[in-house]
Amino acid sequence: MGQTISEKILSARSGRDVYQGELTVVNVDCIMATDTTAPYAIKAFREMVGTSGKKVWNPARFPLVIDHAAPAPTEKISNLHVMMREFAAEQGCPLFDVGAGICHQIMVEEQFVKPGDLFVGADSHTCTYGGLGAFATGVGSTDLAAVMLTGKIWLKVPQTVKIEYTGRLQKGVTAKDLILFTTGQLSISGATYQAIEFCGSALHPLSLSSRMTIANMSAEMGAKTGIVHPNGLKLEFGLDYDFTPIFPDADAEYAKHYTFDVSSLRPQVAVPNSPDNVQEISVVEGTKIQYAFIGSCVNARLEDLREAAQILRGRHIHPNVRLLITPASKNVFLAAMNDGTMQTLMEAGATFTNAACGVCVGAHLGVPGDGETVISTANRNFKGRMGNPNARIYLGSAAVVAASALKGVITDPAEFL
Amino acid sequence: MATFQGTVHAYSGAMGDNIDTDRIIPGKYTKTLDVQSLAAHVMEDIDPDFKNRVKQGDIIVAGDNFGCGSSREQAPIALKVVGVSVVIARYFARIFFRNAINIGLPLLEIPDHNISNGAVLEVNLLEGSVTDTNTGITYKATKMPQVMIDILAEGGLVAYLQKHGDYVL
Repeated sequence: MGQTISEKILSARSGRDVYQGELTVVNVDCIMATDTTAPYAIKAFREMVGTSGKKVWNPARFPLVIDHAAPAPTEKISNLHVMMREFAAEQGCPLFDVGAGICHQIMVEEQFVKPGDLFVGADSHTCTYGGLGAFATGVGSTDLAAVMLTGKIWLKVPQTVKIEYTGRLQKGVTAKDLILFTTGQLSISGATYQAIEFCGSALHPLSLSSRMTIANMSAEMGAKTGIVHPNGLKLEFGLDYDFTPIFPDADAEYAKHYTFDVSSLRPQVAVPNSPDNVQEISVVEGTKIQYAFIGSCVNARLEDLREAAQILRGRHIHPNVRLLITPASKNVFLAAMNDGTMQTLMEAGATFTNAACGVCVGAHLGVPGDGETVISTANRNFKGRMGNPNARIYLGSAAVVAASALKGVITDPAEFL
Repeated sequence: MATFQGTVHAYSGAMGDNIDTDRIIPGKYTKTLDVQSLAAHVMEDIDPDFKNRVKQGDIIVAGDNFGCGSSREQAPIALKVVGVSVVIARYFARIFFRNAINIGLPLLEIPDHNISNGAVLEVNLLEGSVTDTNTGITYKATKMPQVMIDILAEGGLVAYLQKHGDYVL
């Protein structure tokens, strides 16, 4: 019987062929936790270990990342960071400290995940690595603690939804627009408990960055993982290693099959307060904004910063708007410095924060005020998401955010391209 | 996992669907191991008075996809800390589902029901059934995988692994 990509990866780590609907215990390749989830995971791990003296199953494969509230905005949070550093040192785990960047970008850049891997991360956007062709899924802290101890996790082999894209994205229309559109079509629960396979000729020319953007928002449809077929996959971020791309069998069984022609797709915007509340930009054009944000694990790579710089070059943002930019990692930051992108953006009025999650998750670094409207490249616009339930958050591509920052209202980037 | 009774806080209609983890406990409050501090902010952005009304043993009833969004385990922990005895929804988001069972917060998926706010439910977790004492109607929950029932029976994944040392499927 034919297998989906998820069934192939899970079979290889189950020691037997497994198919959708079965429960299985799998060996993982790597795990990860952040300063939101690691403290609880460490606490649960210590309780599980008790007095047995057991250590992390494979310390080299458990990187910890301080990114969600980094640098620490309070002494309490700083103490949690200390706890993580001490745990990493004690167990021999790699630790990525303040400034290194957003966990998901680091995992790919530092080769903690490769195509075909099985990765379990204590963060819901762990599915981002599906852009690389890995089965990557998010769990909570106690689930992770069990993997820290055993190197294994129980999973139900998911059904798979196949989403095929035909045609070609137009200029000024990005992977973010494609995945926002898809989220609007499937809804926030449209792939709950399921895996998604993203495929089709429209995706073949896309960069790894764009593939990660697409896979990232699988979480916004409730999916366990979202994997982009590796047709045309080229490594990025200075990565250079050999890999064997994993494709599904021709007779793999899918729960559903969607086909979207993206040739006529216009920029898409998610309107408050849900990422599946998606409209074509023409519907919301002209909405006043005070705050523009380019960042988060979905859209803060060099490709996104360049997209914004292309629009902002030689121009200045609207006087009533502040534009905050958070690069995805220190490496992205350096690349944007080296190629002049950062200078272009700062001359246009942008403010840079260190590479981290704080703005998107509402921890610190830029909380909106009451009654303010934000246009953001992030993946979630739930009420209160950025730290203030009295702010309204719209989601779009870096191009949409840049164009909107220029005009002070939500704007189709087409006129600047 | 005996039989118990509890009073319902129902979130129905559009308000009851897709209650995300940011609504259960906003991200800005999650960076702490002081679980009691979560109690002051539970359900803050959807039902600011919930934290004052909720009593030990109360039951939350919601619609589709309860707990969608982030992987923060602080969401089920916050509900458990304020005394919620069980959450009932038509279905749960997948990470929240695992997290709740892992920390020993019972969940029941009841796809179709007519339970209203203030109702008193008699809950039998072993059988996965609830009876609305107002209407006398009994609802049967969707059966969870046995491994989740076993984890819940131990009071959570920590106790389960202390006992078994590994997963037993």
